[in-house]
Order: sequence, then structure tokens, then C-alpha cells
Amino acid sequence: MDFAFLRETFVLLLSGLPLTLQLAFVSIAAGAVLAVLLALMRLSGSRWLGALARSYVFVFRGTPLLVQIFLIYYGLGQFPEVRESVAWPFLRQPYWCALLALGLNTAAYSSEIVRGGILSVPFGQVDAARACGMSRALIFRRIVVPQGLRVALPAYGNEIILMTRSTALASVITLMEVTGIASKIISETFRPVEVFVCAGAIYLMLNFAISRVVALVERRLSPQARKRAPAAAAPEPVR
Amino acid sequence: MADYVELMGFGPRGWGLLLVRATLMTVAVSATAFALGGALGALIAWARIGGDRTLRLAADAYTTVLRGVPDLLVIYLLYFGGSLAVSALAQALGARGFVGVDAFAAGAIAVGAISGAYQSEVFRGAYGVIAPGELDAARSVGMPRLMLFRRIIVPQALRSAIPGLANVWQLALKESALISVVGLTEILRQAQVGAGSTRKPFAFFITAAALYLVLSTISGWGFERAEAVAMRGVRRS
Amino acid sequence: MKLPNVCAAALAASLLVVTGASAQPKDWSSIRIATEGAYKPWNFTDPSGKLVGFEVDLALDLCLRMKAKCEIVAQAFDGMIPALNAGKFDAIMAGMNITDKRKEAIAFTQPYGRTPSTFAVLKSGALAKLPEPGKVYSLNPDGAAAAEKSLNDLKPMLKGKVIGVQTSTAQANFLEKYFKDVIEIRQYKTTEQHDLDLAAGRVDGVFASISYLKSVVEAPENKDMMLAGPRYGGGVLGFGVAVGLRKNDPELLAKFDAAVAAAVADGTVKTLSTKWFGFDITPQR
Repeated sequence: MDFAFLRETFVLLLSGLPLTLQLAFVSIAAGAVLAVLLALMRLSGSRWLGALARSYVFVFRGTPLLVQIFLIYYGLGQFPEVRESVAWPFLRQPYWCALLALGLNTAAYSSEIVRGGILSVPFGQVDAARACGMSRALIFRRIVVPQGLRVALPAYGNEIILMTRSTALASVITLMEVTGIASKIISETFRPVEVFVCAGAIYLMLNFAISRVVALVERRLSPQARKRAPAAAAPEPVR
Repeated sequence: MADYVELMGFGPRGWGLLLVRATLMTVAVSATAFALGGALGALIAWARIGGDRTLRLAADAYTTVLRGVPDLLVIYLLYFGGSLAVSALAQALGARGFVGVDAFAAGAIAVGAISGAYQSEVFRGAYGVIAPGELDAARSVGMPRLMLFRRIIVPQALRSAIPGLANVWQLALKESALISVVGLTEILRQAQVGAGSTRKPFAFFITAAALYLVLSTISGWGFERAEAVAMRGVRRS
Repeated sequence: MKLPNVCAAALAASLLVVTGASAQPKDWSSIRIATEGAYKPWNFTDPSGKLVGFEVDLALDLCLRMKAKCEIVAQAFDGMIPALNAGKFDAIMAGMNITDKRKEAIAFTQPYGRTPSTFAVLKSGALAKLPEPGKVYSLNPDGAAAAEKSLNDLKPMLKGKVIGVQTSTAQANFLEKYFKDVIEIRQYKTTEQHDLDLAAGRVDGVFASISYLKSVVEAPENKDMMLAGPRYGGGVLGFGVAVGLRKNDPELLAKFDAAVAAAVADGTVKTLSTKWFGFDITPQR
């Protein structure tokens, strides 16, 4: 076990962590906005909006993320029309292409989670709120969101972890996040197993931290689910 | 448009035949991985349900690691590390020289290992559907464990597991695309070769996406049929 | 027997079957050679999926000389050396240069080809006017001083530019060594990928071997690409392309070395390279 090498590699890999985190959280945030939009489209009752949202989700959940990344990065770059458009300063850079692909992808999966959360709110409550004359926006803000969030959070926490794993794919379009740096180190030292084990350890620690945070948020949001303080221990039996 | 058809067709300059072969390879490696994952998942679920504390911890560690580490890393690790491990094992058993683990095997095992972690979750949930009374009754008449598993647990658990398994199958199909990085000529790799060779990445990657969508749709129908068949005679709540 | 034990045993047995235990005979009557398959004209894949190119032809010739049956397989370039050491194949013929760093990990035969490396840029791009186009410099100790001067002359024009290169190559090491703080280096898995990005204008230039770039700029769809700047060889760029072998296979090394020497001596390399590259790449002593 070459601990010196492992330590060195670990430190080098950590320098890629900021980019990994950036890719993960920006794409999740942007994806969340799009996800809410898509969920509302499907629940809106309009046939066209619903069909549009359903096809979006179908395409992005039915194709691998890697194909989506290649399509956006190499595929779009092929066309002179794209290269002369306003989007080019962004699409020219691998960072924005990766964000776009990751964001569009997570939006598809998250929209199902958001939809599940919204649908879980008992209709009776929404009905009662409408009877009281609450506006739709107010109903959404005070009744649907707080309760829907509680239901959606475990699945959404899962999605966040899946997204941080998916950032590793950004390395195939030259981005130097953790996996990209790992590939570079291996191409110089020819020791793939040790380097990838280090990289894997970093992702595990990251996911552990994220799942702890999500669990914390879940607990804060559900005071009624908190366990009661344990009953006093039974007295020792008399000998 | 005519260009595209010629490119993807089956003529002399067309890549159609290669893409079809690549699609078959995708299905083959995904199916192998899914089957491996099924065996592994069942084992892990067994360990988590009925095993002693160490077994349960090991099974928990397995699922945590394989669902927390990016699939790309698992594939790379098994591709490079796997050969070293298998060679060491083979040499210990007396074989000479190196034993190769080719891209198909490494990819199938890697995706299978990851799939196993997810499938164990599905099986665990499905097992919970079985009424404990039935298990008690079977044990009390002295049913051997293997028969219990075969006649009571499997039919009922499988029925509830089908939707979850459908999901995991779709996952395996998409993860097979990652095996392209270790050189297996499945859909994405073939598309990359075509794109690099003809400088037309959009055409090839769009075709690749379409092929995956076709596979995913057909699988979806298949699992819906399976669910319908399995749920025959069961009263829905 | 307990069910988990049965399952575990079945799994282990099936694993061994799946891996298809294929221990290599030490008499080397059958050899697996790896190539990249995406580095025209050295080695590439034709539309029917077959591996073709200069090195594929040369490999068949060498195997004839060694009286061995050869199987040629494809492997991604950045995993070549680890895969060789992990036993996935027995030899590398993938346009791989002999470099000191690689010699620490594997062994090489004598070289069968040597070409300098240079930049390829867009005619309409910022780097079209790089100085001293076509002038050859050697990075070996004998020519190092002149080479270093020309490299320094390039720095002002290259400052802030983005240059693409294939990962794990001697060319990547060259850029890291001499231009690390001057340019942004983008490492790609294959040369085809950095060509796509050059055409799209994502990188200002690419740096690769002349033998590869010449066929790229001559391709009809790359009318707007051209070679630019001086050409470099030797030093960190290596001492020529050779067959890569594991360090603990000295008999195979000897066999390959003898075969390569014979192929170079009797002009086979010259004929094959003229066929594929249009010029002779035989290393001059």
C-alpha cells in the first residue's frame, strides 16, 4: 500500500471537488425550476401542455445521460447556424454544455418527484381552501408546497445524490472535475486502481454528507414524525 | 435528409448494419448485467432480511458503496482491477500467464454489481408484502427453507417486484452506454466511431438516442404485459 | 446446503466461465495486439467495423516473421498501458512513442516510425500566423537550445489560447512541460474529438503528430484547417513509435525486436508507410 501516493492523489483529486459541486448544485437548482414547470404543465389539465411535458420526460428518461451530453456538446457544435447564434458563447464552453445536459436530465426525473409531491396533498384540504376563497397562488404556497415538499424530500434527496454521481460524466467532455483529474493522473502514473479507489472514496464522502443534510432537513420539516423521548428505563429487577 | 438516410442505411456507405449489431450488443450486455444483478440482489436482500449482524452490515456497505460511487468509476475499476484480481485468483489456482477479463465481461459485471444493489432494494420491499402469517404457517408444517423460498416467497415477491424491476432494467439499459468507455462496441461506441469517422456527430448521436428510446419503449411494453399476467386473479386494493 | 452458499458458489463459478479463462501460452504462438482504432492512418476502423491502417498491416507482417497467429483488438488510448499491464493483451501498436516516462511502466522494441509533431489551426483563426511554419526542431540535448528559443518565441502568440491535445500522449506532456501557464490545455479522449472541436472553434489549435495531422488537413471536409508553427521531435516527445510490451515478457520483446529490425532493414516499413502516409516514416539512425 503506497500511502504516500494515495495521499498525494487524494489531495490532487480534492482540487476537482469545487467543480463537481458547482456542476451538481447549479444543475439541480436549474433543473428544479424546470421540474416544477413540467409538473404544473402535466397537472394543468391542458392536453397539449400535458403531452408536451410527458414527451419531454419520456425522451430524457429514456436515453442515457452520456448520449445527451455528446449530443449537446459535439452534436450541436457541428452546425454553423448554432455557432453563429447568440447561444454560442455559452455552448462553446464545455462547462455550460455539461450544465445544460445535467439540468435538462434532472428536470425530467425531478418533475415526476414534484408531481408525486403535489398529488400527495389530500384534495380535501385544497377543496376547503378554495371554499374559503384562497387564491390559487396562495393555496400553492401555503397548502401544497409545505406538505408536498415533505413527501417529495426523500425521493428528491436520492435525486441529488444521483446527480452528484452523474457529474462524473462531465469528464468525457474535457472538464476537470474529480473524475477528469483522476483520468489525468492515471494517464501519467499508469496506476488506475489506486487512483479510482481514491476518487470513489471522495464521492462516497460527498454523498454521505449530502444524505446527512437531507435527513436533517427532513427532520426539521416533520416535527410530528420526531420520535418521543424514550420512556425511563425499567428498574433493575430485585435480586 | 437523404444524406442521413444513406448514412444510417444498409448500403455500402451505410452504418445501419453496424448500428443494428451494436444494438444487439447493448441488449446482450444489459440482459447479462440484469441477470447477474438479479442473482446478486437476491443474495443481498437475503442477507439484509435474515442474516446475522455482520452479514447485514456487509450487505448495507455493498449497497451504499455501489449506489454512491459513480457508475463510470465502478466500470473503470472492474475493467482494470478485475483483470488483476481474476489473474491473481487464476494464478493461485495454477493457471499460467494472464487471464483476460474482456470489455463485455467487465462491463456486464460492473453494471450487474450496481444493478444488484438496486435490485436488492426492490426485493426487500417486495418481500415485505408477504403476509408473515403465511411464512409462519409454512414453517410450522415443517416446510424446508428451499421449498419455502420457491413456493411461497418467490411467486408473491416477484409479483410486487415487477414495477421496481422494470425501473432497474431501464437503468441497466442506460448504464450499458457507459461501457463504451472501455471499448465495448455497443450503441454509443458505434455512434462515436461513426461520428469521428464521418465528422457528423449530430446524425449519429440522434440515431443512438432514438435506438435507446426504441429499446426502452419495447421494454416498457414487455414489463406492462408481465405485470398484467402476474396480477391475474389478485384483487387490487 | 444453505441457499446463500449455493448462490455464492454459483456466482463464483459463472464468473470464471464468463471471464473465459484464456491463459496465454508462453511460447507466443498466438499474440494479442492492441491498437486504438481512431488514429488515421496509423490505425482506424472502416465502416464495416474492421481495424485497418498502417499499424494493422505492419502487425500482420511482423507476426508472419515471428511465425505467430495474431489477434488485433481495439483499446482506448488512455487505458493502453494499464490494460497491457493488467494482461488484457500482449503488445501495443498504437502510434505510441517511446518516452522515458512510459519506459518506467513498459518495455519497447526499437522504433518503426518517427515523425515530428506540430499545431493544426483554422485558417481563419487567431493562430494562423504562427512563426516559422514547417521548421523542424529537435528537443534532444543536441538541439535543445535552438528548440527552447523557438518555443519562447511562440509564447506571446499562444498566450491565453486554448489548445486541444489527446490525453495520455507525449504531445500532452509536451504542452504541459513548455506551455503550462501560457495556454489552456484541453485533453480529449481521442484525436477525432479534438478535431471536431477545432472545426467548431472551441479550441484555437490542436497539437499532434504530423503523420496524423497531414491526413486531417488534407481531408476535403477540413478545407479550413491548416498546419502551423514549427515542428518538434525528440526529448519529451519521444524517440519514435515502437511496439509496447510488458516488462516481464523478455522473450516476446526479443521476438518483436528482431521482427521490427528485419521489417525496417528490408524496406517493408518504407513501403507500408508510403502507402498509408504518403511519405516514409522509417526512423533514420
